[in-house]
Amino acid sequence: MNEKIHWLQRKTTIKKLWIILYCLLAISVLVELFVDVKAYFGLDGSFGFSAWFGFGACVLMVLFAKLLGWLIKRDEQYYND
Amino acid sequence: MTNLMIPPGLLLVLAAFLLPLLPSLYRKFLLIAAPIASLILILLIPDDYSLKLPFLEYELLIIKLTPFGKLFAVIFSIMALVGNIYALNQAKLTELVSAMIYAGSGISVVLAGDLITLFIFWEIMAIASTMILWANNTSGSRKAGIRYLLVHLFGGVILMIGIISYYSETGKILFESMVGREATVSYWFILAGFLINAGAPPLSAWIADAYPEASPSGSVFLSAFTTKTAVYVLLIAFAGTKLLIFIGLYMVFYGIIYALLENDMRRILAYSIINQVGFMVTGIGIGTDLALNGVAAHAFAHIIYKALLIMSAGSVLYRTGYRKCTDLGGLFQTMPVTAVCGIIGALSISAFPLTSGFISKSMISSAAAYEHLSVIWYLLLAATAGVFLHAGIKFPWFVFFQKDSGLRPAEAPLNMRLSMYIFSFLCIGLGIYPDPLYSLLPALKTSYVPYDAAHVVTQIQLLLFSGLAFFILLPMMKRTLTISLDFDWFYRRLLPGLVNLLEPLYYIGTATIKRSIKTLYKKLQLEPDSRIKQLGYWSLSVEGMVWISLLIFGIALLTIFTYSTY
Repeated sequence: MNEKIHWLQRKTTIKKLWIILYCLLAISVLVELFVDVKAYFGLDGSFGFSAWFGFGACVLMVLFAKLLGWLIKRDEQYYND
Repeated sequence: MTNLMIPPGLLLVLAAFLLPLLPSLYRKFLLIAAPIASLILILLIPDDYSLKLPFLEYELLIIKLTPFGKLFAVIFSIMALVGNIYALNQAKLTELVSAMIYAGSGISVVLAGDLITLFIFWEIMAIASTMILWANNTSGSRKAGIRYLLVHLFGGVILMIGIISYYSETGKILFESMVGREATVSYWFILAGFLINAGAPPLSAWIADAYPEASPSGSVFLSAFTTKTAVYVLLIAFAGTKLLIFIGLYMVFYGIIYALLENDMRRILAYSIINQVGFMVTGIGIGTDLALNGVAAHAFAHIIYKALLIMSAGSVLYRTGYRKCTDLGGLFQTMPVTAVCGIIGALSISAFPLTSGFISKSMISSAAAYEHLSVIWYLLLAATAGVFLHAGIKFPWFVFFQKDSGLRPAEAPLNMRLSMYIFSFLCIGLGIYPDPLYSLLPALKTSYVPYDAAHVVTQIQLLLFSGLAFFILLPMMKRTLTISLDFDWFYRRLLPGLVNLLEPLYYIGTATIKRSIKTLYKKLQLEPDSRIKQLGYWSLSVEGMVWISLLIFGIALLTIFTYSTY
């Protein structure tokens, strides 16, 4: 490829984006100190609930998909006759 | 308003038949004008309006306006309009005609007041949508079209059995709530017939099998109407049926898991239709005032952002010819409008604050919270994270970013961009100012405020940390050149396999029948040779008749058996 690498795809930019993401994550949790989060059931009232619950749920879903994938993934040509 | 008004759905169907007769310029005009006219007609229909038509000994209610029906008819017209704009540059005439009939029938279903009218337009939808698939005229679309049609004809038969038994049980054909009725034959068959079109298990595979095989604009039309008319009829007839909560939750997670395994961007989006309809079916099962309003609002918002996502994917397909994540990547450089509109659709489906998904989906999960349905609420929350994972980030990331694929396609054509602009505007507009959508909802008994600080903060936390999980787990989500097995294996592999197995039996059977016929002739002392000489093909048709009689005998036995069990 002759053209320059787009600035969004340069290693330095990606590193900066990661830093920004970590800052946003921290801010989103810390803001909870100033906001009264109403709990309906109990567990959902714990500090940073949505953060760890969301993260955990995603990890579980990806792992489950991976496991299921071993069972049900087939070659693209599977149905072709 | 007089009683002479044209039903808005019928207007679109009539316009569809006019299309082929018109020269190109007028055709384009009609494609824009007809949905607008239909939208105006719908908005003009006074509340509690009904249009009756005598048919045989029945009185059909061609139009019986319900508040939910009006909301669905409005969004169907908007969808037809913007979909037509998107289709202008590339859709074939067959596709455009079919799409207008499809949209018009969808509108007719949600305005229908009796089961016969509903069923007629339900079936027209099945045929028109198959025609949209076939209009693409690829080997993939032809085969998928047949499978799609078979599923829907099967669903149609189930629904028809339900409607006929309903009539014989009650003597009525009115389409109204089934809740509180005894769970009879008609109850289960009607429920099953509706659920098949919603993409409920076990027959969910048809959505991801068929929709991606249509043309770029064909997929946009297909994504909007069939599953959402199913949501509407479930909403009217089965609100508060607890079983639907479980079916809905299954669909929600089925969509997420299969989308995570998928490599084809259009199939990812098709799976996420099932996921989103799952949210709606769950809401119908919860069945409170807030939940049902949430379902209707979510269907409205969903049609817009899902169409936007499929338009974005369709533009990529149109410009590159590729559908698989493994072939794509880095397209944001030369298709920035398509990328940004796709991201807006992705944020909306993820229910990001300030988008339409946020103001609609939160109604359903709040309804679960208010009813103290803790497990359901936790599962819906996990699913919201999962939506961001499989559609919100996965789709834009693999198509527009990830590794540079080296593809430098041109930006989408003007009409495609225009339709994406309109829907992007609606996604954000409704997110910031939801009142126009809320005003279409039947009066909420308690006012609902989507934006409170706690809700916004927790939702942003949820989505940001799901995003973190995505990028951390990225190595585990490397795309593979695979498909995933599903229930369609039974009719794509097992049944054809069985038929192959049974083929020798057929030949043995035919030979046996032939021999018996000959023996019969001999016993009757007839001259078989001369007879067969006279009618060269006669013996063959006799075999055919014997096979058919055997089949009829089998069906008769089955019917007697079924009825004797009552």
